[in-house]
Amino acid sequence: MEHSRVMIVLAAVFNLNHPAHVVEWHFIQLSVANLIVIALMFVVFALAIALPFPGASARTVARRTGEDAK
Amino acid sequence: MSTVQPPEPTAQTPKPTWTGRVREAAVEALPPEKLLPDSQPTYVASWIYIFGVASIAALIVIVGSGTILALKGPAWWHDTGVGHFFNSVHLWAVELFFFAMVVHLWGKYWMAAWRGGRTRVWITGAITFLVAVPTALTGYVSQQNFDAQWIATQAKDGLNSVGVGAFFNVTNFGQMYSYHVFLLPLAVVGLVAAHVLLVRRHGVVPPFELDRPALATRPPQGGGTPPAVPDGKPPSVTRGVAS
Repeated sequence: MEHSRVMIVLAAVFNLNHPAHVVEWHFIQLSVANLIVIALMFVVFALAIALPFPGASARTVARRTGEDAK
Repeated sequence: MSTVQPPEPTAQTPKPTWTGRVREAAVEALPPEKLLPDSQPTYVASWIYIFGVASIAALIVIVGSGTILALKGPAWWHDTGVGHFFNSVHLWAVELFFFAMVVHLWGKYWMAAWRGGRTRVWITGAITFLVAVPTALTGYVSQQNFDAQWIATQAKDGLNSVGVGAFFNVTNFGQMYSYHVFLLPLAVVGLVAAHVLLVRRHGVVPPFELDRPALATRPPQGGGTPPAVPDGKPPSVTRGVAS
């Protein structure tokens, strides 16, 4: 019963009972689902460059001062 | 009274057996401290460096879930709850594998990761990506459902259009399944292993800032070691950054 309720809620959020939405531009034809994945890859790539890695600054200081970063 | 000592060998004599020669060549190419290092350069402490190992983690899940699917068969993965679960794990691990591999490829492309004698590292990574594509395609056409039939008929036209339809019959389940569960995974895993060993041998490529001769020759503040050498080799190693 609980499982079926969850499925109903998910079906309401993600209605897949239709042909895939497609973006067409000249000879290029991409599904919206694939476009979302490609956009997510760009976002993750940008975040990976922009966000600081935990402890990275401490290690850089330790390298410059010749100390152990442990 | 003096004793006569045998002369010290000036050059190491080659081993008489091929196994000894292979061992010596392997240890020379990849000494244990390079094969299994206990530290990495400080510049590796960046999120952009995690996508290679993320790809490998996804590949391990792919191989594990795929092995279970192959052992149980199509009726199990279509008709049982646990089969559906492993089918989904296999699919989403593939999605993550390609996702992480593409971000890894972008990162390495924009930092010109072939610098410093790392051409083979770059080439093995690029070939791995190219081989992974047909590995995924043969999986999609091996599902044993209408989705697989649709993809197979579309792929048939695509392969025929580029002239290789005589060698790969994507509507032949047995042929595609053999490619998917043995030949192509073997190639992907072998290429990834070669890629990782080459990374171990040459070190992780440093950022451009650490690769400039001007910066490399400038003495660091505080008396530490120089940040880099100009040929793309990694700078001094600081403990604490796992690979």
